Amino acid sequence: MAIRVNGTEVARPEDARVSLLDLLREHLHLTGTKKGCDQGACGACTVLLNGNRVLSCLTLAAQADGSDVLTIECITGDAGDLHMLQQAFVEHDGLQCGYCTPGQICSAIAMAEELRRGDPSYVTLDIAAGTQVVTRAEIRERMSGNLCRCGAHNGIVEAIEAMLAETAA
Amino acid sequence: MTKLQNAIVGGVRAVIGHVPESWLPGGTPDPLIDKRVTLGEQQSRVDGPDKVRGAARFAAEVAMENLLYAAFVHSTIARGRIADIDVSAAAAASGVALVMTYRNAPKMSVPPPIGMTNLKAAGNHTLPIMQDPEIRWNGQVVAVVLAETREQADHAATLVRVRYDAAPARTRFEEGKASAYTPESILVERNRIEKGGPSRKFAEAAFKIDAVYTTPWENHNPIEPHAATIVWRDGKLIVHDATQMIHGTAGSLAKIFGPNAGDVEVSSPYVGGGFGAKGLWDHQILGAAAAKLADRPVRVALSRASMHRLIGGRMQTEQRVALAANADGKLNGLLHHGFGVRPLHSICDEGFTLTGRSLYASESFDIVQHYVDLDLLANSFMRGPGETPGTFAIECAMDELAHAIGMDPLELRRRNVATRDPLSGAPHSQSAMMEAYDLGATRIGWDRRLAEPGVRREGEWLIGMGCASGTFPFMRMPGTSVRITIDASGHAHVSSAAHEMGMGTATVQRQHAADRLGLPLDRVTVTIGDSSLPFASFAGGSSQTASLAAAISSASAKLVAELMRIAGNDTPLAGLKPSEVEFSDGGVCSVGDHARQESFASILRRANRSDLSVVGESGAPLEIMKYSMHSTSANFCELRVSEVTGEIRVDRLVGAFDCGRILNAKTASSQFKGGMIMGLGMALTEETLLDERTGRILSTSLADYHVPVHLDVPDIEVLWTDIPDPRTPLGARGIGEIGTTGVAAAIANAVFNATGKRVRDLPLTLDKLV
Repeated sequence: MAIRVNGTEVARPEDARVSLLDLLREHLHLTGTKKGCDQGACGACTVLLNGNRVLSCLTLAAQADGSDVLTIECITGDAGDLHMLQQAFVEHDGLQCGYCTPGQICSAIAMAEELRRGDPSYVTLDIAAGTQVVTRAEIRERMSGNLCRCGAHNGIVEAIEAMLAETAA
Repeated sequence: MTKLQNAIVGGVRAVIGHVPESWLPGGTPDPLIDKRVTLGEQQSRVDGPDKVRGAARFAAEVAMENLLYAAFVHSTIARGRIADIDVSAAAAASGVALVMTYRNAPKMSVPPPIGMTNLKAAGNHTLPIMQDPEIRWNGQVVAVVLAETREQADHAATLVRVRYDAAPARTRFEEGKASAYTPESILVERNRIEKGGPSRKFAEAAFKIDAVYTTPWENHNPIEPHAATIVWRDGKLIVHDATQMIHGTAGSLAKIFGPNAGDVEVSSPYVGGGFGAKGLWDHQILGAAAAKLADRPVRVALSRASMHRLIGGRMQTEQRVALAANADGKLNGLLHHGFGVRPLHSICDEGFTLTGRSLYASESFDIVQHYVDLDLLANSFMRGPGETPGTFAIECAMDELAHAIGMDPLELRRRNVATRDPLSGAPHSQSAMMEAYDLGATRIGWDRRLAEPGVRREGEWLIGMGCASGTFPFMRMPGTSVRITIDASGHAHVSSAAHEMGMGTATVQRQHAADRLGLPLDRVTVTIGDSSLPFASFAGGSSQTASLAAAISSASAKLVAELMRIAGNDTPLAGLKPSEVEFSDGGVCSVGDHARQESFASILRRANRSDLSVVGESGAPLEIMKYSMHSTSANFCELRVSEVTGEIRVDRLVGAFDCGRILNAKTASSQFKGGMIMGLGMALTEETLLDERTGRILSTSLADYHVPVHLDVPDIEVLWTDIPDPRTPLGARGIGEIGTTGVAAAIANAVFNATGKRVRDLPLTLDKLV
């Protein structure tokens, strides 16, 4: 078995202690995924594992064996063109220092899929009705695992709203 | 800190006060205040695309061959000595290349302290680093382990065995107050102020309030942990750092390692959040020492726990504020006393008692602050140092006074707002706090506020509104320099060892240089973040934009002179003096006749030059000695408090700012909001927990230290007066820190309005409201 990172097969590291995050950053030099706390509290290391968002610091590389891992480097198109959400982050100034940004973007992309599936959240008012109407509170609750210390929260939520509006159209 | 300093500063102010304003920086208002093209616009960040791609390179991401990873072992006592340290198991562990303790660490001098007298110094404390077996705080590094992988280093660090001879440690705030010390000055201001006979004024006043407010130890907690990738190459120390003090770090490391360090190069193009924390602390110094011993490159990337043990935070404060007013609300007396924890080995002041000196025209003042010396990690500057805790105390007290008088709190500010410096009498360079109040009050609908607390209710929720002033002084740093290079195609390249940690430094200075040089944006590039570039002071005190702006302004004046010199006699500009021309349309033209113009490219071509470079510098900030220069703000909050759980939900935050001209509406708005969100965290959740028995910090993770998350942050509304300050470059004052000031008070005042409960102890956690 192997780990497929952005479509490329990567050997499982010999040291069983290596986290998926350290595999990406230190072994593969895919440094777009950020280490903010290394203990699952900040969300900066969010990547997509078989399409679902996971904290790569709390995921051992070995756990990703046989799985597809997508990182921020893969969100950007091959020609370097920005994903519509990346564009929206720039447009709405959903970033300042840029360190939490890749995690926010990966997290939001997976969150959009959770909304599409109708997964309810803590603030979903009517679980039976699902997530037809996406409120700002809904986005905020679902993004609360991704910390930002510069205070770009408003811009991040606006950027995500812009992406959801564009994909719904 | 001394009486001598007070005398010198007082003397300079007295002299400058008599100097005609036209002789001083800003004596003639910057022409760009009125001639803006791109300044003031919404401009997206130039580094935005790299950041959203994850392509912006941070300090821990510099690839290096043969790299070793560092892990730290921290002391578990607050004071004493290392009796024995056994590193044998760690040294024998798999992959370990070196274990460094005081026994084998190279000789290092004490870091030169950060301050205004040496801009190449960045030390945050004055303690020796790994030079002896002494323990001076709980969390000090006692061993550094280097290994081939991070996992190996982390594991080996757990194998180091330390036996201590503990000594009695002073770690309790209350006990420390008894032996507190009283410095002569705070930053460059005299500490103790008594003016206008405060005791008589208090005795005669119609209304008085007198209360004690406390703010906890707080930590910056940027999302990027402190990190450095370090190598000694050809006798030169090269540090890829995360720092807001590039030249300060380079200068300090050169001093610490002595003449053998050669030139020190520091690179820090992107910083993942700073807020005051990203200066020089022990980790870069120990990393450089270990790299030297091992003769290999080293990566230091602090864990959250190591960050809390090694990077100082905002000091804990206890502040007493007493206010006296006559029957119509005019302040007769303002008393502000207090204690803050500043160990003697600390460098950084927290001037919380500076706040009340500039905001209100009280008839008398009684001000002094004391420091408590404890065996703790040195404190540091954190966003809006001084004014952030200071506004909490002063602005809650103003709200209490308004309630005691039965006056609208906004009206109380209007009756007392200072029209010149209340202590020195110096004129304001520009100040319009009440215009900011009016903007904010209209936006939030202040007229909906009910004066009587605890009467607005929706189900279990009590609803309230509050307001508070914010303030932060203007600062411009001397020495900050830029190089402007005009190339053969007429493009301008601006470079400086300045810092980007989210402020939009390059974005805004690109707008500035374009407008200054008469160029379109796409013909200007800005390069920052490396010590090989012209000197720049630290990114702190909300000074960087003004300092860079002054340097660009100075460089562009030199550029005109140089262009005229090389233009010779075959130019349409022949015969004109530099003072008779200006930049226009990618070149230089006659002020009186714009048709007499020659482009940069044409001038360079005729002079047979491939490029032309000039360096300009921000001079001494004498304007701050003549004028009272402060930004101000009006913060408004509307919130709900659950009567059942005590939970506070902030529904609206409005910040109205009087900070001179706004240079980029998009990035400025983000700066203001970011500051306000840090104020929101200060109000509701943030607190570094110290075990006072052992001096050990308990809240060493982001699960224990609670910063605001998305669901805590409402839509924040930001407004500004946009009135130019005629004494500053571009008419702008700094905006990085004022956003944090006054927010916690506005929230606490809204909680009082909602519930009738006055909580004077931050953070406003649920237990204090049920």
